[in-house]
Amino acid sequence: MADTANSEAFVEFERVQKSYDGETLVVKDLNLALPKGEFLTMLGPSGSGKTTCLMMLAGFETATHGDIRLDGVAINNIPPHKRGIGMVFQNYALFPHMTVAENLSFPLEVRKIGKSEREKKVKRALEMVQMGEFGGRRPAQLSGGQQQRIALARALVFEAELVLMDEPLGALDKQLREHMQFEIKRIADNLGITVVYVTHDQTEALTMSDRVAVFNDGRIQQLAPPDVLYEAPENSFVAQFIGENNTLDGTIKEIANGVALVELDDGGLIDAKPVNVSQPGERTRVSIRPERVEFNVDRLAEGSHTLKAEVQEFIYMGDIFRTRLKVAGNNDFIIKTRNAPDQVRLKPGEIVEIGWQPEDCRALDAN
Amino acid sequence: MSNASEAPTPDDGLRLMESADTGPVLAADGTPLKRSLGRALRRQKLRALMLIAPLLLFVLLTFIAPIADMLFRSVENQIVSDTLPRTVVALKDWDSTSGELPSEQIYEAAYYDIFIAAERKLHTRLGSRLNYELTGASSLFRKSGRGLDDIGEVYQDQFEDLNKAWKDGETWAQVMGSDAWLSEANSWGKSSGKLAPALELRDGIAELLPKTAESYSSFANFVRVDDGDNPASEDPWSLVYAALWQDLTSGADVSAYSGPNADLLQEAASAAQDFESISFTDGFAEIDEDWVDTPIWQTIKTYSPKYTSGYFLNSVDMKKTPDGPALRDEDQRIYGLLFKRTMFMSLVITISCIMLGYPVAWILANLPARTANLLMILVLLPFWTSLLVRTSAWKVMLQQQGVINDVLVWLGLVGDGDRLVMINNQFGTIVAMTHILLPFMILPLYSVMQTIPQTYLRAAKSLGATNWTAFWRVYFPQSVPGIGAGSILVFILAIGYYITPEIVGGTTGTFISNRIAYHISSSLNWGLAAALGAILLAVVLILYWAYDKIVGIDNVKLG
Repeated sequence: MADTANSEAFVEFERVQKSYDGETLVVKDLNLALPKGEFLTMLGPSGSGKTTCLMMLAGFETATHGDIRLDGVAINNIPPHKRGIGMVFQNYALFPHMTVAENLSFPLEVRKIGKSEREKKVKRALEMVQMGEFGGRRPAQLSGGQQQRIALARALVFEAELVLMDEPLGALDKQLREHMQFEIKRIADNLGITVVYVTHDQTEALTMSDRVAVFNDGRIQQLAPPDVLYEAPENSFVAQFIGENNTLDGTIKEIANGVALVELDDGGLIDAKPVNVSQPGERTRVSIRPERVEFNVDRLAEGSHTLKAEVQEFIYMGDIFRTRLKVAGNNDFIIKTRNAPDQVRLKPGEIVEIGWQPEDCRALDAN
Repeated sequence: MSNASEAPTPDDGLRLMESADTGPVLAADGTPLKRSLGRALRRQKLRALMLIAPLLLFVLLTFIAPIADMLFRSVENQIVSDTLPRTVVALKDWDSTSGELPSEQIYEAAYYDIFIAAERKLHTRLGSRLNYELTGASSLFRKSGRGLDDIGEVYQDQFEDLNKAWKDGETWAQVMGSDAWLSEANSWGKSSGKLAPALELRDGIAELLPKTAESYSSFANFVRVDDGDNPASEDPWSLVYAALWQDLTSGADVSAYSGPNADLLQEAASAAQDFESISFTDGFAEIDEDWVDTPIWQTIKTYSPKYTSGYFLNSVDMKKTPDGPALRDEDQRIYGLLFKRTMFMSLVITISCIMLGYPVAWILANLPARTANLLMILVLLPFWTSLLVRTSAWKVMLQQQGVINDVLVWLGLVGDGDRLVMINNQFGTIVAMTHILLPFMILPLYSVMQTIPQTYLRAAKSLGATNWTAFWRVYFPQSVPGIGAGSILVFILAIGYYITPEIVGGTTGTFISNRIAYHISSSLNWGLAAALGAILLAVVLILYWAYDKIVGIDNVKLG
């Protein structure tokens, strides 16, 4: 489903801008196209404009500039109730004065669907979220997870092709949240619906999405499938926002054959893959994932640059070991190693030599 | 069931546990847990009680007790039987529906009762009480208080003509009082600061001259207690002469009497037969023709019990008649109309408050807190202005020479000759009271609406509901508790409102409470006022109960 090459754009933002006060832009020049059936997550810190985008799509906010198209039709001036978009709210927004069945029946009633048909659809939707027996209850009598399922069923019961979810799992505890992530993903895949999902939880984004749009400062920083996002972040913000990351500041010394030689601020030399740096003399911040650091330098290619590191701390975490090192003046350089039978356990105070494959170390912008 | 005994099932275990749990749960020291808990909580409860005790006492003494006393007046009617004890007893056998006049015995009883009441100045109070039921009773009693002297004076004059000694109070005292009392009374001086000694009748005199003894005792007691004088030296009432004549002519054997002044008594006994006499019936007839007509006697008989439903019947436009309760004449019915009008206008005021208050509360609830607080001050502003000032302001606005009419005339919408009548009628009352009670609607509505998140409306719209459907199906039902709370507040306040209808109500816009106030302060018919108030209270309680049944009182939220 991540294969978007041939599919026509189902949801499309074109040069969309949004300002609330007429002075600052909350969303700056948003361009985004979703094919049908895609699960897209908008990820970003609070205030990054992701929820505003969702609300513009739902019709609760109007775009200050630009077009939003749904299935090829500009919907800027269509009121929310005519857009036919399902939506799951952060606090579920289940109507407290109606039973679960009445809640689900509500969108069907306003669409003037007959009673027997309504009952059938409500039943099917409840079964889909495994809440078949709860039709007669009031929302207040349900647990958070159950309410969440009902909210999902309600957004799906009228067969919307596009469903928006605004941090729907934010109020659940960790275990339930993980469970619901899979549940939502499963249902979305089964029904083939298009989902735009807003969250600030990167794990959620990575596990559920076909593609993730990382928002910051009103712009999409990177729009990519989870693996690309994690392994090939295009700028420092994405690299730091997604997953754990070690950074070292330095200056580009030379770029040759797709490998940049970076001189760190303490004089050490490392190899890195140039991503958004282009010429020697430029300031850069190199980024490397903790699990890609190698301290068995024999495994590295001949002539690779290595750095001296002093072990600060060794933390046993069960499945992995987490070692904190002091590297090139950075005290928080983390290495993660798998708890394998032959794995070396470093001791604090030990001096080791570390290195990495040049393609795992990305030279990004210095910001 | 036979299978169950063969194979144990998980249910068996449960059943076993339940059967073991049937006894009371025990605390660690073996006492039942309930009692143990109760003891532990008692101190807490006591402390809580102590904290509310001052307020509780205050409310009990200054609020509950007076109200209870006031409500009690709606059935209390002891004044008739207290003032006319003999008459009430005598009237028992009189058939008030027969149309016949009461017998001479009843007139006699009434003579004694009213004479004594008049001496004690109680007859006018009874007159005004009976005047609520029979117009003219008040003046009748006032007149009778003076007129009844004439009956006794007929005999008094003849006794005194017979022998001057009868003029003298001491003659009477010697005949009626015991020797011990006489000597005690003669040595009593007013300066002693004590009451004169209580009359002790001479042995046998009560049997010999029963009526005289009784009336003289009443006289002696009155002189002693009410006047603070010595009965032994005071001249008796004319009533006592009438009583003596009655005793002597009804065959009293005065020869058996051997006390002081026996000769006087014997002389009187032989002369009394030839005295000019007057029947009590005629005596009453001479005072006022109304006494020889049935209505006054019917009224006295009807209201002779200690407790009466008369006030309540009166409050619902009925009256007590000798044939039982009956509706009043059409032109005398007023309270039914007033109750209906009070209900209707309160309802209109409540509905107007909802209509005007709902949008305001909505705006307040959906504005940013800063602006909402500012606007809230405007809503609360009327609270800081005197009620009287606000009502008077409406008078200025609505009267025929007032602001609104002036503007309408100036605009040419209304001719100068036919200015609108907007005050001193129902319209004025409704307008002014809606304005005054509006905050009581807005506040509960606002606090309920504040708790309804906007996401519900968004959710409804995202589900395909139009703005109206979203409001009506999703928002409105959740705001109903606010409407309920506001309506109860406004309606109950309106139903008992007094000042505003009094000022701007005229004659067609007054409430039942204005009538209650009238009876409390002008007509002084407190019993009727209490009955009207009790009915009003009952109506409010019934409405409250009905509201609880229909809407449920837990659905009422003040915030």
